[in-house]
Amino acid sequence: MSRTHRVIPGLPLTLGYTLFYLSALVLLPLAALALKAGQMSAPEFFRVITDPVVTASLRLTFFASTLAALINAVFGLIVAWSLVRYDFPLRRLFDAVIDFPFALPTAVAGLTFANLFLKDGWLGGFGPRLVEGVNALAGLTGAGPLLPSGALDWLTFPYTGQTGGIVIVLVFVGLPFVVRTVQPVLLEWDPEYEIAARSLGAKPATIFARVIFPEIAPAWVSGVALAFARAVGEYGSVIFIAANIPGRSQIAPLQIVTRLDDFQYAQASAIGVVLLAISLLILLVINGLESFSRRHERTA
Amino acid sequence: MAGAPIAAKTALGPIKPAPPPHPVARTVLVTLAVSFLTIFILVPLVNVFVQAFAKGLDGYLAVFWPPQPAPEQVLSVVQQRKLAEAAVQAGRTWHAIGLTLSVAAIVVPLNICFGLAAAWATTKFNFRGRALLISLIDLPFSVSPVVAGLVFVLLLGRNGIFGDWATHLTWIDPFSLRWVGFEAGFPLAFERDYSGVIFTPLAIVLASVFVTFPFVARSLTPLMESQGTDEELAALSLGASGWRTFFKITVPNVKWALLYGVILCTARAFGEFGAVSVVSGHVDVNDTMPLRIEKLWNEYNNQAAFTVASVLALLAVFTLVAKAAIEWKAARDLPQNQGHSSQ
Amino acid sequence: MSSRLKTRLAGVALGLIALAGAAAAAEVRLLNVSYDPTRELYAVIGQNFAAKWKAQTGDKVTVELSNGGSGKQARSVIDGLNADVVTLALGWDVTAIEKAGLINSGWQNKFPNHASPYTSTIAFLVRKGNPKGIKDWSDLLRPGVEVITANPKTSGGARWSFLSLWGAFAKARTHDFTTAAGQAEAKAAADAAKDFPIYNDAEARGKVSEIFNKHVPVLDAGARGSTVTFAQKQIGDVLLNWENELWLAKDEFGADKFDIVYPSTSILTEPPVAVVDKVVDQRGTRKVAEAYLSYLYTPEAQDVIGQLHYRPRDVAALNKYSAELPKIPFFTIDETYGGWAKAQATFFADGGIFDQFYKPAN
Repeated sequence: MSRTHRVIPGLPLTLGYTLFYLSALVLLPLAALALKAGQMSAPEFFRVITDPVVTASLRLTFFASTLAALINAVFGLIVAWSLVRYDFPLRRLFDAVIDFPFALPTAVAGLTFANLFLKDGWLGGFGPRLVEGVNALAGLTGAGPLLPSGALDWLTFPYTGQTGGIVIVLVFVGLPFVVRTVQPVLLEWDPEYEIAARSLGAKPATIFARVIFPEIAPAWVSGVALAFARAVGEYGSVIFIAANIPGRSQIAPLQIVTRLDDFQYAQASAIGVVLLAISLLILLVINGLESFSRRHERTA
Repeated sequence: MAGAPIAAKTALGPIKPAPPPHPVARTVLVTLAVSFLTIFILVPLVNVFVQAFAKGLDGYLAVFWPPQPAPEQVLSVVQQRKLAEAAVQAGRTWHAIGLTLSVAAIVVPLNICFGLAAAWATTKFNFRGRALLISLIDLPFSVSPVVAGLVFVLLLGRNGIFGDWATHLTWIDPFSLRWVGFEAGFPLAFERDYSGVIFTPLAIVLASVFVTFPFVARSLTPLMESQGTDEELAALSLGASGWRTFFKITVPNVKWALLYGVILCTARAFGEFGAVSVVSGHVDVNDTMPLRIEKLWNEYNNQAAFTVASVLALLAVFTLVAKAAIEWKAARDLPQNQGHSSQ
Repeated sequence: MSSRLKTRLAGVALGLIALAGAAAAAEVRLLNVSYDPTRELYAVIGQNFAAKWKAQTGDKVTVELSNGGSGKQARSVIDGLNADVVTLALGWDVTAIEKAGLINSGWQNKFPNHASPYTSTIAFLVRKGNPKGIKDWSDLLRPGVEVITANPKTSGGARWSFLSLWGAFAKARTHDFTTAAGQAEAKAAADAAKDFPIYNDAEARGKVSEIFNKHVPVLDAGARGSTVTFAQKQIGDVLLNWENELWLAKDEFGADKFDIVYPSTSILTEPPVAVVDKVVDQRGTRKVAEAYLSYLYTPEAQDVIGQLHYRPRDVAALNKYSAELPKIPFFTIDETYGGWAKAQATFFADGGIFDQFYKPAN
């Protein structure tokens, strides 16, 4: 590399520009945050971030983000696998809509899910709505109501205002991260190993666990980590569906906003610093994991 | 690379000639995948449009073009006020659309320049601190949007580090250039200026740059890294200048990844809510489309809120179609590229 | 006009960002930073004022609006939102801006009625027919009754609701504000009030705490958000909110959906208005900003205020809309709580009584 260093031009220009732009627009603002939090004494800072309401909000944020990341880990893998390996109706449509959460404003996502998971929403009142729909269709064909009303009243998901609602929107915003990291690796995977393993009599489950999974694991982990990091910071969609009760259902970013509204800038910054430190840690772990797996690949 | 989720190559080719799938596994997995995607993505997508058309096509269009009464029609005071209010509301919605497009028009080119420079520096060279630099470029991906807004308040707010300078800054809105006729000499004039930075459209631009910062750089780096420096070295050894090499060799090689990054950057710039909400000050003239949606919803105008949302969803669908087209083109170009780089 | 010439010069220069003074707008723009539910009121007032100002002076004025939680709005102004005037939910938020050095002290006396052009109160919105039979404050404590209110930490309206709840449970002394004698009596009582045992009222504290802990399922950031939760998301049995906000919800969603219930007593709310001195002096908009706020006291504006279910100061307007603004006995924040500074510090400040309600058990 040191040889190309001298031949390829433009390092001072591009690196200088990169560092300037990065410093002016990202590092300087983030330094302002650290500076503001730094105005507090250490015990004061500690008191703010260990306030029971704050710790409760951090716990909720991490609990909901972890749960959402786990759901995405499982279903994201299933989705990526199905899209790459199996043909089924509307496969290309389903592939195209994976990126939808990247493109839909989070506030709209929050509003939509809050509506869907209301007591009488499409999904919140899934059972009763289904009965209604089926009976309406039956009515069109002239037959009487097929299902007795109340037959499916137990099949409801009234998650608006519940922790379940928070998890649902976090699954939504994180899904593409997992699918889009695993998918390219699966696409590049050469099935010859699989055919060979099969001819040696290995079972499909064994092949997946021993041959395929190790190959996609680094990408899968980094996708899940990105989904998790995104969920930790998510605000716009969550506040529309959460109940926002202090100490019970307020996420950490909302704690920041609440402190700001109370003119507590330093406190808000302190919570911001905690979130930022965790994000940075996650990113360093991801990038470390990747360079580790790259080295591993090369030596293998 | 952490940028893998936005790597350009996610195009689905034909199904791979893998060993025959296990029929039970296949059915179970496909069913799970399809129902999961239906609940979490298709149903919300459909729901946005159903709510937008709750008052029919006329109601949908009235959000943008309020009904005009026939000239001879006599209107009561109440009706007049309703029509005037509808016109004001439509005006605000158009303003929000204009601001959203303007912000994207500034933010995206800025991030393209940065993305190309950053990708060039981090993939064509090896230097100390490179891994840290890549992590720092990724940082805005995982900073909470609320924090992203907060940092600009702390920097540029009245009591912020540059507060004194920023609150006294007066600037002209370049998008307010209007034709005003010749009666006073020069026919063009800016109709609007702003004082201050925070809580003005300038702050919206800054917050949008922050949250869309890594998209272009991160969609370029994996590809540029895998392409190495052979082609550039060949061009340089044949006497091409650095700029010429960059524009004739590097950029064409990564054009699809670049476009993909631009599309994602644009989508995020259109759709960002949390960060711009913090720096908008809730002033109507600072409303982007997502903020406008929140206001319409808060004015109990559910249907109009979802109508504007459906425009954003349409933009999203459009970007997704564009992305699919790009991937298709990229897949077609791929063999050619590979032949190229193995020379 | 020189400002126009300047604008044109700027046009010639095509400068994208010019330093101070290089550009001037072709018309006067006022920014009114207000709290959540007044959006509809100030939209109408702004248009009427612009027409009147144009007729009087020939100048074009546009009043731009910003609406949000009262505390958040005050913070935005302190942080650099260049508001010419603020019309907030409670005096404390204006005081916060005053403390930041943007509003001169004595703003309460710049306009009539302690700079408060209308009053309002807190009442209940229930579902049509009042299925849970909610008639008064004590009914909120009945098992199974879900109460919707916003977060008092972030919403001015919710702070008034909180003080109203507490005052009603503590049986605060009320007055008849429809008569001059009643108003004088209230004023004298407020001036005479020295100590405020109400803060230590254990019964009120227990009941308010019970309501927030056991009966409030959702806490929105703003007054408007809580109305949306109750009306649009259909969560809860009773909404505590501004009287005008309840009427607006009834108008918007249809009278067949909700009923408004007035409790036996409630609090008199006096939302203040003020010119942001530092901003108007910097922008040169003092004259029009003061005219705008004075306009609120004209009979014409007072009628609009009454129409939109705020309680006008103007007696003629108040009587005109008395059917929709029924007379109930009010207690005041000055007499009952000794003013906003004390109430804020005791109830809503960091670690105050409200925070203690929500301390998690461990």
